This record gives sequence, structure tokens and C-alpha cells, in this order.
Amino acid sequence: MAGHAASGAAGTGYRGLTGPLLLPAWAMIGIFLLLPVLLMTLYSFLTKEFRGGVDWTFSLAAYDRFLLSRGLFGDEPPVLEWTYITIFWRSIWQAGLATLICLIVGFPTAWFIATRPLHSRALWLFMITVPYWVNLLIRTVSLRFLLRDQGPLNDLLIGTGLLDSPLRIINTNLAVQLGLFYSYLPFMVLPIYAAVERYNFALSEAAADLYASRWTTLREIVLPVVRPGIIAGCILVFVPSLGAFLAPDLLGGAKTYMIGSLIEEQFKGSQGNWPFGAAVSVILMTLVLIVLMVYARARGRAEVR
Amino acid sequence: MTGRPDIRRYPGFAAMAALCLAILYVPLAVVIAYSFNDSTSLTNWGGVSLRWYADLFTGVEAPRFRAAAWNSITIATLAATASTIIAAAAAVAMVRGGRFRGKGATFALINLPLMVPEIVTAVATLIFFSTIGLMTGYLTILIAHITFCIPFAYLPIAARLEGIEETFEQAARDLYATRAQAFRLILLPLMMPGVISGFLLAFIISLDDFIITNFVKGAGMETLPTAIFGSVKQGIKPNILALSTVMLTVSILFVTLSYFVNRLGQRSRA
Repeated sequence: MAGHAASGAAGTGYRGLTGPLLLPAWAMIGIFLLLPVLLMTLYSFLTKEFRGGVDWTFSLAAYDRFLLSRGLFGDEPPVLEWTYITIFWRSIWQAGLATLICLIVGFPTAWFIATRPLHSRALWLFMITVPYWVNLLIRTVSLRFLLRDQGPLNDLLIGTGLLDSPLRIINTNLAVQLGLFYSYLPFMVLPIYAAVERYNFALSEAAADLYASRWTTLREIVLPVVRPGIIAGCILVFVPSLGAFLAPDLLGGAKTYMIGSLIEEQFKGSQGNWPFGAAVSVILMTLVLIVLMVYARARGRAEVR
Repeated sequence: MTGRPDIRRYPGFAAMAALCLAILYVPLAVVIAYSFNDSTSLTNWGGVSLRWYADLFTGVEAPRFRAAAWNSITIATLAATASTIIAAAAAVAMVRGGRFRGKGATFALINLPLMVPEIVTAVATLIFFSTIGLMTGYLTILIAHITFCIPFAYLPIAARLEGIEETFEQAARDLYATRAQAFRLILLPLMMPGVISGFLLAFIISLDDFIITNFVKGAGMETLPTAIFGSVKQGIKPNILALSTVMLTVSILFVTLSYFVNRLGQRSRA
């Protein structure tokens, strides 16, 4: 945060007003987000009641259900339950893969934009930003429309004689992967662009003068310098991908279940289990917090250096 | 000068950038194109027509879409207005208030809606409303939207404020302007591009939200995204393509507007 530069003795008269000015923001986010998150954490330690709701007695049942299986009637010795761990594992690798592919497409794009002349740079950036502001639901629906068995993509492939039967993409892990990649690609490009734009190209000149090839320069000089931008982009893609709901729900099927669908299911209809849904949310939030803290520490260390 | 390649140019990078744009725009372009398809089947092309746009107003699902559109637009307007006012007050305090205790924590709190995964916010909000016994519906959606729109409105306003020199207001104060006058006549007009930009972004964010709305809307209440989602679950129909095209156009229009307001502001400052 820049901008709170030491102002002169005169000031602008807002010093004594910070409390009242900040009160609405504190109240709104404090009451309607921070408090609910704490309440949700509490809920995850309560007992499930029939038809949704909870019974206000302490219980570890939700976490127990996540980790352990005690047989159909709950009377067998506990063994490790793989169902939910598998869903988390799938979410993590899907999100990781989406991040990697976004990086492979996003880095060259960001570099290309940052090396354009100033006036066309603004247009390129604008073109990259617009899809981000288009409804994620509509974008996911449009991807589903495009990839359907009888959709435009298959029409094209069959019409041109490249394929005889439609490519079945919908309901596979590949479709979910494409959805995540497509949803969050702009998040990768923008922070890397910001880093490359500040990159001092004299460094590349110097490397070239010393007979480094372009790719050596990229690997040894550019990548380390713009790394904060790359890490920021990876976080911005990985975190929302991990808890994504729309891509797995609209593009995937039963075999492509991710954390988001698992959570949603616990709050819909009579099959729901609120404490368990809260517990899964707490686990997801903890995972995200760990990622953000590792990032903050890495950035802090980079700044000290 | 022989042989030394341009250090800014890497083979394949331009192609990657073109690919990136193609990936981002092809699905949208396909939906827009097929929304003009004069055919009840999604697969066959039956010529250009506006029948599915007419269907949005006269078809079987028209009353549902109309109610959903009304809810979406009024909620987005109210939520964007409220969150912009809250964010503007917070931005003035954060940028003009000097150093004060809890500034770092306040900054973290304002950005909290961006840090918490959306689905977690949705779950937490639902649990909260159900615990305090507030019936889910219009009001709960509105409260949730105001809350998560605050950081989106805050960022452009704070960015704008940071670029405004304090000297203008100091001069006004030296000439015996009251604090209210200095705000109304000097700071507010100068920060206006940021405020408008923040309002437009908050409006779009509210209009587009699906996950949180879906959790806190309760039975029988629909906004446009939840109505679209409900229809798509039954299978994509051509009228959904038309509705998607309308919403897409509105989003792009607003973002373009926000972009130009910002640019205008920068030019007037230069």
C-alpha cells in the first residue's frame, strides 16, 4: 500500500474522521463476512439434525466422516475413508494443471503485450480483461455449448472429415480442465504483464552482449526478475480453481467431482448435512490460507532481498 | 549490425498471444452467432433471425426471465450504490487519514471478500442468515452483494485518490473553506472518475454473481444467473443463447464505459 505518504503539517482534515468513515466498511464486512466465517467454523463442530439444520451439541462427526469410514452401520473399526480425500486430491491436481497450462499460454502472451508500443498495449490489455468481466456462468455455458457431442466443434470436425464420430469431451476431466483454464486465464496474464512491463530490458541487452542466447537470457535473467508476477498469477488461478463450482458442475459429470460440488451438495435438499458441508468448507479455506501465507512469506523474503 | 536478434522478441510468443485471444473469444463468438439461428434445434443452421430474442419477451419462460431480470437489475443498482458509498468513505480514510492504529488490519478486512473462496463465503453467509433467522430472499441477496462488492468498488477509488495531490485541498482550507466545502468542491469532483468506475465494476460483479446468490436466494427467488443455471440444467435451449448474448453485451458495455471514464480521468489530470 502506497499513498499514505507523510503529508505536511497542514493535512487535509481527515485525520480525526477515520473512525466514522471506516465504520460502515468494518460493520458490513465484519458482520456479514467475518462473523459468518467464524460461525461456519463453529457449525463444523456441531451435530447434524434431520432435514438440514443442526443440533447445538459439540461433535467431531463431520471431520470423522471426512477422514474415517466405520462401515455401513458405523460399528466396524475405523479405516481411512478415501472418498473425500480423493475429491480433494482431484481438485488439487486439476487446479494445479489449470495453473500450469495458464502459465504456459499466459507468460508468452503477457511478454508479447508488454513489448508492444504503448498505444496498442492498452488495447491488448483491454481485450484480455473484457472476458473476465463477462459472467462466468455464461462463459461456462458457452464452453459447454461449443464442446457438446452435437456442438459446433464436433460439427466442424466431422464436417471437414477430420473425424467420423463426435469427440466426447463433455463429462470428462478434460472438459473440466478446459473450463478451469478458460475461466481463469486472464488472472494469469495480468500480473505477469505488470511484472514484465517494469522489467529493465537493459538486463537482456547486457546478457545478449555477453553472448547469452535469447532462451538462456529468458531462463537465467528474465524469469527470476519477473518471478513475483508469475507467482501472483499462479495464486490467482490456483485459488479460485480449487473451489470452482461451475466448471465441474456444468462441464463434468459424476466422475469429475470437485470440492465445490461436494460442498454445494451438502446444502441442497434433504440429503444435505450442514456440519459436514461446513467442515469441508473449513478444510478448503485452510488450504487456501496456507497457500496465501506461503505466498506472503515468499514475497516478504523477496522484498528483504 | 548483423545477427544479434531483438531481445524483446521470442519466436512463438506472438502466436501464443493470438491463441490466448482466440481461446477467450471463440466460445463467446459461437454463442452470439448461434443466438441468431432461426431453428428450434441447436445443431442445424436455419438462417438468421431474431426469433429467440422475441421469445425472451413472449415465450413460455418470459415471465420467469422478466421477474429474474427485475430482481437482478434492482439488486445490482442498490448493491453497487451502497457498496460504492461505503468503499468511497473507507478509501478517503485509508488514503487521506494518515497513519492510524489498525490500518493494516482494516486493509485486510476490506480485501477479505477477495481472499475467501466464493463457495466458502456462500456457505458461511447461508449459515449466518439461517442462524439469526432472517428469511432468505431479496434482502439476504442484497446484503451479501453489498458485502462482497465493497473491495471491487474500493480498488479503483483508492487508486484514483492516491493520484490526487493534497495541495488542492490544502489550498482550499488555507482560504477558509470548511472541511465539507473542500470535500464537495475539490476532492469529490477529482475522485469522481474513480467513484464511477468503482460503481460500474460493483454493478457488474453483482449482476454476474451466481454462487453466493444461489446459496442465499431461498426457494422461488431468482436472479438472471440462477434462472439461466436452472434452464441450462435441463439442457441448453436457443433462448438461453439469446439471453446470454444480451447479458454479455451489457457486461462488455459497462466495462468499456468504466475503461473510458478512467482514461478520461487520467487525461484531465495530466
